[in-house]
Amino acid sequence: MTDHITHHILSVLVENKAGVLARVSGLFARRGFNIISLAVAPTEDERFSRITIAVDVASVPLEQITKQLFKLISVVKITELDPREAVERELLLVTVDAPAASRGQIIELVNVFEGRILNVGHERLTLSLEGHPDKLDDFAELLRPYGIAELQRTGRVALAKLDNSSTRLRPVRAS
Amino acid sequence: MQLNGSQALIKALEMEGVDTIFGLPGGCILPVYDPLLDSPIRHILVRHEQGAGHMAEGYAHVTGRPGVAMVTSGPAATNIVTPLCDAYMDSIPMVVITGQVSTGAIGTDAFQECDTIGITRSVTKHNELVTSAQDIPRAVREAFHIATTGRPGPVLLDIPKDIVDAKNPNSAMDWYWPDDREVRDGLPGYKPTTKGHPRKIREAAEMILRSERPVIYAGGGILKARAADTLRELAELCDIHVVTTLMARGAFPDSHPLCLGMPGMHGNYTAVTSMQRADLLIALGSRFDDRITGKISAFAPDAKIIHVDIDPAELGKVRRPDVPIVGDCRLVIEELVAVLKDLLAGGSAFPERTPWKQTISGWQEKHPLSYVQSEPGDALKPQFVLEQLRDNTPDDCIVASGVGQHQMWTSQYWKFEHPYTWVNSGGLGTMGFAVPAAIGAKVGRPDAMVWAVDGDGCFQMTAQELVTAAAERIPVKIAILNNAYLGMVRQWQEMFYEERYSEVYLSPDLPDYKLWAEAMGCVGMRVDSPEEVTAAIQKANEIDDRPVVIDFRTDSSEKVFPMVAAGASNDDIITDPALGKDIVQ
Repeated sequence: MTDHITHHILSVLVENKAGVLARVSGLFARRGFNIISLAVAPTEDERFSRITIAVDVASVPLEQITKQLFKLISVVKITELDPREAVERELLLVTVDAPAASRGQIIELVNVFEGRILNVGHERLTLSLEGHPDKLDDFAELLRPYGIAELQRTGRVALAKLDNSSTRLRPVRAS
Repeated sequence: MQLNGSQALIKALEMEGVDTIFGLPGGCILPVYDPLLDSPIRHILVRHEQGAGHMAEGYAHVTGRPGVAMVTSGPAATNIVTPLCDAYMDSIPMVVITGQVSTGAIGTDAFQECDTIGITRSVTKHNELVTSAQDIPRAVREAFHIATTGRPGPVLLDIPKDIVDAKNPNSAMDWYWPDDREVRDGLPGYKPTTKGHPRKIREAAEMILRSERPVIYAGGGILKARAADTLRELAELCDIHVVTTLMARGAFPDSHPLCLGMPGMHGNYTAVTSMQRADLLIALGSRFDDRITGKISAFAPDAKIIHVDIDPAELGKVRRPDVPIVGDCRLVIEELVAVLKDLLAGGSAFPERTPWKQTISGWQEKHPLSYVQSEPGDALKPQFVLEQLRDNTPDDCIVASGVGQHQMWTSQYWKFEHPYTWVNSGGLGTMGFAVPAAIGAKVGRPDAMVWAVDGDGCFQMTAQELVTAAAERIPVKIAILNNAYLGMVRQWQEMFYEERYSEVYLSPDLPDYKLWAEAMGCVGMRVDSPEEVTAAIQKANEIDDRPVVIDFRTDSSEKVFPMVAAGASNDDIITDPALGKDIVQ
């Protein structure tokens, strides 16, 4: 992992109501904040959903992003995760050209990365890989020369690392 | 108690203490207009939905209570987007109710359907599509709570027709009225901070006690927090000068010896320069708008910043404060005054500030606001009209303005002695604001005299609301400073585009403003020369049964000065070249 961090992860607890995702994404668009990735899912409490947003902090200070987000009535809580102190995971699905000549090399790559082969066709393979987003980047890059037909990623989800997590989880306060 | 959705909506508005709705009915909102007939709420029937929104804003400006507008779906909803954005920029409490097509038709491109929630999301503090009649009391209660607490702003409720249509089973509901706790529990993500942090307040007090060149930079938040008296106590206790931004005119009396007036792009020399040279800016409910700061990197270079605002996102948005305090201006200033009194009683003292005060009074003497009075037979000066209007109206007269040169002259030449006497569109700069906003102000404060100062360009955008005012017997008075141009644009073309005038000429006679006013049921007058000005104003002041419009034919070459050019440093303030002063460094 690089020392120069250009993104941060915001774990945003929102009310589970219609249009909340549009409010959040609309705010990013209007204020000129960049989203690197975004994942939304319900939480253990059905009143709330959790949005995990990787934000670009190279152009806008994180503080301004969190303060503006917090102004949305539907945003209940924001937790900021420093990538160095978080566990991040993402899922990638990819369909890659795999004629007989290159099929063996691709399968070898899947094994090295501990990915899985989900579907086998005459000329193509569909693969999956779960892991840190950086690992997914590497995997996609190595597959590219073989010819990627389709690629889909989920966007990252993240939780704070457990050791010393009390000091690393920093809830964003309104002040 | 069984009610239908429309009855519940009107009853909920009554429960919120609404006495006036500005609106215009249409297809989808039609069911709600039926129980309105049986309600004590006054409805003002506007001629265009934009007018309803600005009237609600004007009402809120002068009363502090949320303005309420109600219009139908589709084009009515889009017509009220401008007032929503205006209210959002200027933090005006407002609740707008829009009709929507029936829940089953949403998304089908039905007649007069539009995505009101999507369109207004970024120009409201909050909005909600109410999908069930049973939700109406809760939604109304929450809307008023959100609009009026924290940093105030507009809230929109979008109401589908089937949940308010008495003939539709979807409109059946059991009446209830949520209490405060239920409202808070229903909004888990909304907890505005009102009380300032004691440690930060103490830091601020100590910083004020060290400052040799302090200036209080008072913004619209002072008025929203009803903090004018507290501000005065702070200024007098510490003997610190106060600048009042465009949104804060009236928050501190212009006649007060510590008042420096308006800073910013067209602020007076002393207000602008005192901020530039200050060693401490005490920003109270102000937001470091670009029209105040000029080139931000050159703004107040030696000043430390104490920034008090109820909206945490304002702290550090433009300029990083040395002491940030989140909280309600009135509560924070009260605490600050208490801490300062303690420190002073304990032996602390202010440093020697005589040189700073002498510097300020020197600037005031050397650079007063000024203009060249016209020679006999020459065109009328707009500033002269404003001086006469100011001097011939009571000092609690409410004045509204549109946007442009006339707005700046009004803010410069009026003497604001009381809070809530100035109604204007600051952040969004909405041309056409004056007429409907003045009407809303007069409805909210029928006891007060209400004048609108308008430009000829602005007037033509919303003048039809004078029909509303005449029909509803709302006797507002309109002074058009008619210079036959989009004056502020003309000024920029003259100064920054080598006098290449592109699409700014409007003609003084097209329309004939006097005839137009009379056609709308108003008294119309026309004034061409300085000698006629006072008599016309006095005549207008005596008319109290209908609106009055005076067409003042003013000098089209007159420009607003001082001026800091867009993007320039506030050090490069231009005073009037006609007075033989060039760029003053």
